Amino acid sequence: MVAVNPIRNAVLATPVIKPKLGRDDWIMRLFMAVIGLYLLISLALPLYAVLSKSFTVFQFSFGDISVQLQRDGHWQDAGTLEEWVGRLSQPVNNDLAPTSLTRLPILQTLTRRELQGVSQVRLRDTSETGGRLLYDAEFSKPGEIFTLEPRELRKLFVRPVATTGLNNYLVYFQTPALRQSIGNSLYIAVITTLITVALAFAYAYAITRSCMPFSGAFRTIAMVPILVPSLLPAISLVYLFGNQGLLKGLLLGEPIYGPLGIVIASVFFCFPHAMLIILVALSAADARLYEAAEVLRTPKSRVFWTVTVPGASYGVISAAFVVFSLTITDFGVPKVIGGQFNVLALDIYKQVVGQQNFEMGAVVSVILLLPAILAFAVDRFMQRRQVALLSARAVPLIPKPNRALDRALLIYCSVVALFILGLLAMSQLASLIQFWPYDLSFSLRHYDFGRMDGGGWDSYFNSIRLGLYTAVIGTLIVFLGAYMVEKCKGFSHGRAGFQFLAMMPMAIPGMVLGLAYVFFFNSPHNPLNFLYGTMAILVICTITHLYTVSHLTSLTALKQLDPEFEAVGASLKQPFYRTLSRVTTPICLPAIFDIFIYLFVNAMTTVSAVVFLYSPDTTLASVAMLNMDDAGDIAPAAAMGMMIFYTNVSARLAYLGISQLLFRSTQAWRKR
Amino acid sequence: MNAVFETQAPISNETSSSADSARPVYLKVDGIVKQYGDFTALKAVSLEVYRSEFICFLGPSGCGKTTLLRAIAGLDIQTTGRIFQDGVDISALPPSERDFGIVFQSYALFPNLTVRRNVAFGLENRKLPRAEINRRVAELLETVGLSDHGNKYPSQISGGQQQRVALARALATSPGLLLLDEPLSALDAKVRLRLRHEIKELQRRLGVTTILVTHDQEEALAMADRVVVMNQGGIAQVGTPQQIYSAPTSAFVADFIGSMNFMEGTRLDRQRVQLGALELSCDNDGLTADGPVTVAIRPEDVMVQGAESGGVNTFQAEIRDLEFLGSFFHAKLSEPSLGRNVLRANFSANLVRRMNLQKGQRLTVALPQEHLRVYARQV
Repeated sequence: MVAVNPIRNAVLATPVIKPKLGRDDWIMRLFMAVIGLYLLISLALPLYAVLSKSFTVFQFSFGDISVQLQRDGHWQDAGTLEEWVGRLSQPVNNDLAPTSLTRLPILQTLTRRELQGVSQVRLRDTSETGGRLLYDAEFSKPGEIFTLEPRELRKLFVRPVATTGLNNYLVYFQTPALRQSIGNSLYIAVITTLITVALAFAYAYAITRSCMPFSGAFRTIAMVPILVPSLLPAISLVYLFGNQGLLKGLLLGEPIYGPLGIVIASVFFCFPHAMLIILVALSAADARLYEAAEVLRTPKSRVFWTVTVPGASYGVISAAFVVFSLTITDFGVPKVIGGQFNVLALDIYKQVVGQQNFEMGAVVSVILLLPAILAFAVDRFMQRRQVALLSARAVPLIPKPNRALDRALLIYCSVVALFILGLLAMSQLASLIQFWPYDLSFSLRHYDFGRMDGGGWDSYFNSIRLGLYTAVIGTLIVFLGAYMVEKCKGFSHGRAGFQFLAMMPMAIPGMVLGLAYVFFFNSPHNPLNFLYGTMAILVICTITHLYTVSHLTSLTALKQLDPEFEAVGASLKQPFYRTLSRVTTPICLPAIFDIFIYLFVNAMTTVSAVVFLYSPDTTLASVAMLNMDDAGDIAPAAAMGMMIFYTNVSARLAYLGISQLLFRSTQAWRKR
Repeated sequence: MNAVFETQAPISNETSSSADSARPVYLKVDGIVKQYGDFTALKAVSLEVYRSEFICFLGPSGCGKTTLLRAIAGLDIQTTGRIFQDGVDISALPPSERDFGIVFQSYALFPNLTVRRNVAFGLENRKLPRAEINRRVAELLETVGLSDHGNKYPSQISGGQQQRVALARALATSPGLLLLDEPLSALDAKVRLRLRHEIKELQRRLGVTTILVTHDQEEALAMADRVVVMNQGGIAQVGTPQQIYSAPTSAFVADFIGSMNFMEGTRLDRQRVQLGALELSCDNDGLTADGPVTVAIRPEDVMVQGAESGGVNTFQAEIRDLEFLGSFFHAKLSEPSLGRNVLRANFSANLVRRMNLQKGQRLTVALPQEHLRVYARQV
């Protein structure tokens, strides 16, 4: 259609009204810009640092080093070091790819045989940037000349220089031990996903769709794994099925160390996440569909497969991807119980902490990002579809009693609850026993953390500090950010960009974020370098790591408000912050509390995001668990895990108590 | 549909006090265009509102009436065009720098604040003494008849009461302009009737210039000094309720307001149209060319005469259907000479009884010349 639109032309002819921005608009945009900048610095730039690091290849640049030899008092040119290396019979550096830390003794290139009769050697760094040589722990300057006697040459090393290339990835895929981890990770993640989702579906079904007794208690028990670090179930499994395990016989000789242990422990810590998502999906049932099916005399099994399952399918798929992503990015479980079984997340840790090979750590991070981002994208897509499923006219479904089914589901849920509580109880027991399995008397000596590696009780209190800082600062940042994004007028590009940044952390595995911080904040050129090794960087990292879920919770709460509150406020000449503080915030208080407790609990249990970032002054409880387990102090590790558990339980109970008190005064309006 | 976009000067043949062209213009909307991407929600709308006037924007959903209101409030600023309030150009100002009070369809009452604090919201933070605020709130609550409910939360009072709280809150700051966005549509019929009256009463007492957006023609006709009928992003007609009802300038307005018979005919000359085999006298000055037209008459304007015939625009017709609707009967009349057209007529119960009208009966009807309206028809 090529119709001339007279209105369009009229628009072009008359000036377009450019809305004048009020003071409120400016303040809101400023706020959004500040929080956006925070996300940029704490997320986008560090991630870029990982990406660029993974493409940084270290190579010896022998051509930049010229050699002169002095024989009988005469200097003569002896070419560049490259020619010397070419004449060697053996590959330099044992044919290993150099890393940033590789230092090649110069004597490996200038062989003693060729130096016979030489009184002095002169080596010159001919590069423009310098740093090709290292003498006495100092880098060479551009053009610097070292004139040395042959015996002094052992103090001289060749340093590799950084270039950009795909070489790291080539090395990665050419190294079977590294490459294998991709398959291993996918294998573990897929198996865990299948088992967890199946278990969680039945469990959620029992809670929402049957008249099984104690459903409230089962619901609470299912949430227990959220309160402990993922290391804890793994430690419990070691006690149950390890070499000196209580129930080792049950495995018929199969070792728990390896895929079996990883899967069981992963199922434990992923279970609540999957259960919650499916629970929500199953709760959103429309009773009218079931009534229609009953009127049509549809058999029960057919109703299940044609109404129940399709209705919850988005929830199930979403849960599957969440579990997949949690499992593939977790490193605590394989660290404790993985044995020789390598997975991607563990490889990052091993490359960085074990081998100091930061470039390879970056490569594994980028590879780990791919499935995590994919899972995230699918999950977001599914969540969006789920929303549209239930219309406002739906009638909530109230389950009818069915004795046989209710009893079967009760037995099933009891078994799952026993599994969850059993693993928890095992850690509790192990931490209280004098010396497993030889001296089974009770003792509190494993709680005397001062005697172990890992930072002692300080690390526990550091964790509480981290939890509180993260919760207070994080809640403030996240809620204000969500408010600005939801209520700011115009500025659509800025808002879209902000929203993108806010959604990104969910797709970023904690290990990757932590490593990104190492690259970004530890760089001497970064003016924010002073943050490195402080509590502040741990708080920043944890807030960013947990940003998305909190952001979504805030958005959901804000979207439930009447969109005209701000318009009314403005028409009454009130600044936006007055409407925000007097109306919006009080109404959103329950959601704000939820965010607060979510941030606290997760800051207490997180390992992956902070494991690269703690310093001797800022050791954390969860990291202490890891280090104690590493040092063989498994019982103290379990004890620390239980301390985290009890702290989180107390926090939750305190939250319940405070919110009851507070809501009685601030939420009175909710009662009719 | 040929919608008329230009503002029409108020016709002052029916001298209602509000349509006095000498009155000062308080709000002037000049060529407002609002575009959302490729969609044009408002097509160069111009309008003048007089001081203390009660104006209704009336139209079907999607006609742009709420968009126009939000542009006036500054909530969704227009793409082009200017708005002047009390002589000041407010076209680009944010809502907080304009002078208006607003009541939304949802009321947007702050649920966590009591009725009293809702009303006081706009008064606080203005360096007014506490006692002064309390006095003003009490006065407003008195005005809307909610003095006893000041300490309740919005969820504890009825919909009609909530509506009045919203009104009191909007009036608290004594704004020069009161904007009401479908304020009655969430209420049930009886409450709506009562509040309609109350709001009109209040507006008259305070003399605040008011714009009400509604899709309910009855509401618009009952409350407004002048009605702005809108259609497809433009103004179809502006006039007093009586003008809009009795002299709709387009078939759209005629159809939208009240009910109307539309019959296909042909214009013969300035005084006559052909309808089937009948030739009717009517005033069709508005049209310039002969050709196909739509002839319209309201069902209640169809007259029944006795057995005598031969007056102007009279003819015989048969009652095809007679439907009892309480205070009146709805009849469908047909007559071969009318062609395919069926004529709908409302007869009072009294008339039906007196003349003993029955289905199948033939009677003489008249279409009074002054009530016939003729609109151009596209073929």
